[in-house]
Amino acid sequence: MTEKVLVIPCSGIGKPFGSIGRDATLRVVDELRPDKAETNCLSLLVMGDEEATRQVKGSVCIAVDGCPLECARKNIEMAGGKVAAHMRVMDLLRENRGLRPREVTFLDKDGEKLSAILADRIATKVDELTEGQR
Amino acid sequence: MKIKPKVGVVSCSGECCSHGTLSRVATRLILEGVRPETVTLCLPLFLAGDSGEREFAQRFPTIPVDGCHKRCAKKAIEKYSGPTAADVDVEALLEEWGEEAPASRRVLSEADVELARRVAAEIARRIDWVQGERDA
Repeated sequence: MTEKVLVIPCSGIGKPFGSIGRDATLRVVDELRPDKAETNCLSLLVMGDEEATRQVKGSVCIAVDGCPLECARKNIEMAGGKVAAHMRVMDLLRENRGLRPREVTFLDKDGEKLSAILADRIATKVDELTEGQR
Repeated sequence: MKIKPKVGVVSCSGECCSHGTLSRVATRLILEGVRPETVTLCLPLFLAGDSGEREFAQRFPTIPVDGCHKRCAKKAIEKYSGPTAADVDVEALLEEWGEEAPASRRVLSEADVELARRVAAEIARRIDWVQGERDA
């Protein structure tokens, strides 16, 4: 097992949800838990890149999906990885009905708020999973 | 009569570096104003096996926009749907222009957004070329 938790977002590009998942993931790996979590390209993984495949097979993974199609989870599993936790932006939206993100390219205020909430949730999960590794 | 074919643009997912963020933002800029008649395909969905996305890339000219030299979007389209109509490698463009990649992969500065606009202009040039090539 590698030490760091691998957080992989779907990075869907058609709706704000994919952008929120991606933004939250980058908050976690670059700002909140850089010592405990990392990410890699979903496409690299699926295209069979040797290093990425080794990484996904040797890591505890968190899938972050924007929409109900769950592409991140499916692709991680296709690449031979095991999903230890699954975060869905749609679930977060249901819990925060007052927030209505609309922008995809650059998140608007509501998108930023949802990203921050999701990032905290992912970071907490990273802590739990790394504790479990000890 | 000239009939312009619909063109699909596919950004790589590009989570591992800020080149990927540029490819994603440039692709969105195409849809939001530079060439709004263009269609984007969702690469994760395409990779997960969605038949609609793959069929689109088989039937219509498609341009992958890859962040780095690994060219995952191009390889994926070629593997599952056939040859691409043209392609963009953001890392190669930055090398050609003598520009640095953005410092952050999450938040782009004004200068980075300007860089994304330049990449979008390159994508638009290829769209125009593809449509011109195929004028009826």
